[in-house]
Amino acid sequence: MAHNEIMTVNMGPQHPSTHGVLQLILELDGETVVKATPHIGFLHRGVEKLSEHRTYHQTIPLTDRLDYLAPMSNNLGYVLAVEKLLDITDKIPARANTVRVMLAELTRLKSHLVWLATHALDIGAMTVFIYCFREREAIMDIYEKISGARMTSNYFRVGGLSADLPAGITDDIRAFAVAMPDHIEMYEGLLTGNKIWQKRTMGVGCIDAAAAIDIGLTGPALRSSGVDWDLRRDNPYSGYEDYDFEVITRAEGDTFARYKARLDEMRESCKIINQALDKLAPGPILADCPKVCLPPKKDVVNSIEGLIHQFKIITEGFKPEAGEVYQGIEAPKGELGFYLVSDGSAQPYRMKIRPPSFVNLQALPQMVEGSLLADVIAAIGTLDIVLGEIDR
Amino acid sequence: MDPVLLSFSNDPLLFSGVMVLKIIVTFSVLMGIVAYATWVERKVIGHMQTRLGPMETGWHGLLQPIADGLKLFFKEDIIPAEASKVSFVLAPVMILVPALITIAVVPFGPDLVIGGYIIPQQITDLNIGILFVLAMAGLGIYGIVLAGWSSNSKYSLLGGIRSTAQVISYELAAGLSLVAVFMLGESLSLRDIVAVQIQPLNQVAGFLGFLPEWIPNWHIFSQPVAFVLFVICGMAEINRTPFDLPEAETELVSGFCTEYSSMKYAMFFMAEYANMVIISAIAVTLFLGGWHGPFAGSVNLLIKIFGFMFFFIWIRATWPRVRYDQLMFLGWKVFLPLALANVMLTGLVVVLLQ
Repeated sequence: MAHNEIMTVNMGPQHPSTHGVLQLILELDGETVVKATPHIGFLHRGVEKLSEHRTYHQTIPLTDRLDYLAPMSNNLGYVLAVEKLLDITDKIPARANTVRVMLAELTRLKSHLVWLATHALDIGAMTVFIYCFREREAIMDIYEKISGARMTSNYFRVGGLSADLPAGITDDIRAFAVAMPDHIEMYEGLLTGNKIWQKRTMGVGCIDAAAAIDIGLTGPALRSSGVDWDLRRDNPYSGYEDYDFEVITRAEGDTFARYKARLDEMRESCKIINQALDKLAPGPILADCPKVCLPPKKDVVNSIEGLIHQFKIITEGFKPEAGEVYQGIEAPKGELGFYLVSDGSAQPYRMKIRPPSFVNLQALPQMVEGSLLADVIAAIGTLDIVLGEIDR
Repeated sequence: MDPVLLSFSNDPLLFSGVMVLKIIVTFSVLMGIVAYATWVERKVIGHMQTRLGPMETGWHGLLQPIADGLKLFFKEDIIPAEASKVSFVLAPVMILVPALITIAVVPFGPDLVIGGYIIPQQITDLNIGILFVLAMAGLGIYGIVLAGWSSNSKYSLLGGIRSTAQVISYELAAGLSLVAVFMLGESLSLRDIVAVQIQPLNQVAGFLGFLPEWIPNWHIFSQPVAFVLFVICGMAEINRTPFDLPEAETELVSGFCTEYSSMKYAMFFMAEYANMVIISAIAVTLFLGGWHGPFAGSVNLLIKIFGFMFFFIWIRATWPRVRYDQLMFLGWKVFLPLALANVMLTGLVVVLLQ
């Protein structure tokens, strides 16, 4: 070490700021990063391979564990892909779509809250962390009431939802969506105007629009580099075209821009949740596709068709026609895509996931090389990566 | 007979006895504050963050510092195989001892007259008091550097290097901000500096004669710039947020003390809080009139020290951490010129008023 001017530091997989089990091999000249090499794979569980031996419905709980900070978004991306494969996208009832949009936006808030909390904590502002987790806890309570689980929701089904919303939950969601902008105001009060925060984030980890497109950045990270691209508006799904919201873009492409963009996005999410609550009307929650969706319990007990359908779906699953589809959604962290190939059997021939974090992580070396060690922490935080979906 | 200053030559026995008593009392109070500063910090930050802090050990967690101490005491004391043993063991001592002995020059009350002797409420009145404080502060940094270096761990090394970079950036400004103070008091002894501050402000500065009698000549009024500089540099000195770069939990995984465990770690911990008490005490003595105030001497001092410590804790709960090149920039390009300008201005005013 004494005779070598470049010091190699193993950052992670056990490190408080690598957001899980990311390992970075940093080559340092003093504190300046000469080279950063991310090593991934410590959390690999083979979700893609596992899905080839499961029926389509059995894969939904696996998707909870991809981006474990935004389980409902993963559920949504997957069921949309399967619905596209079955060509039943148009048959999804309005209520199911509205609930999906509402919960997807709630999930975006949940994911962004964890991002802000950990990002601020990494840079040293510890109070924001606790405040964000307090609000996240409220979302977890809503999750629990709806799906029975705080994190692994497993709530959406191919063709709709697994169950209707519990009574009174809309009041909880409304109260949360109304109170949330004030909370965001408070986080901004603690950070945005703070000179130290500005110094630590402005001009740090810059990515320009061309580089962002080359790398394949998506989500807030792309929009903060000045590229106006949001799948919710540009390739809408689940009826996003009926909602009134702004796509937040910023030109600077630095850590501060990404911070502001995500906060503004959280405000937009609150708007969407409110609109969805206004729209929410009673109705069916599952598509009328008896070969795909489980029949209601009373049909199973009272009619022979219901019994047969339930038996077939449970024991065998449904068999989409041979073909392939790709469905991308605007997950909190960027474009989450599911590519499904069916050979006509009850299991997918191949499932390929395009996780936003995996692609976004590619930007890290470019963002940090030439900057200081402290900026590496800021850059990891601002990319908002989750190792669960990087390693899959 | 007029009372005379108690010294070793006029009554060796009494002098030694009083000295030992003063040392014991000061040390116990200091260690008590250090122990309970950890509790207060956790409580205050807890309540600021909508939490409760420690609640289980004793009433509202009041026994927590003792439990923490016991826990650390019984932990296995690990010395890494690759570490340089002697300096690894020496480093925590080198941080803690300078932190503790700085308190010797802080006056904590007016002189007492007992049995014909004047007994100052101060362990020792060095005529180079401020220099001694700065020297001890500088010495403490060696402990951090040594700890970072001897651990033979890369994160610790980076922490140690950071603290060297930090010390040269803020100590100059801290020292220069104090120059302005002893230009006013014309003494380096902390006792004399307090004595100057006790006088009413309207008598010291004739042109302020309209002010009421009770406003004292605290240096915070005459040297606000120096005060702000010293407090900021003090935060850097004691390695607390926003200048906790050598530690930097989320960057360097606790930096220089990554490899330390058990009582050695506890010593770093105690040194951090002892330093916090000392810096508060020095700032209070130099700028806020020391023990001067409405209550009995040492009570005033303690109240002001606690005020400062609350301020430091509050800062920690609120602010992010600066980057180390930004701290160097602040130290060299902002604080140093400001401190120099302040010294020049003070000199000019002192000459003009004579």
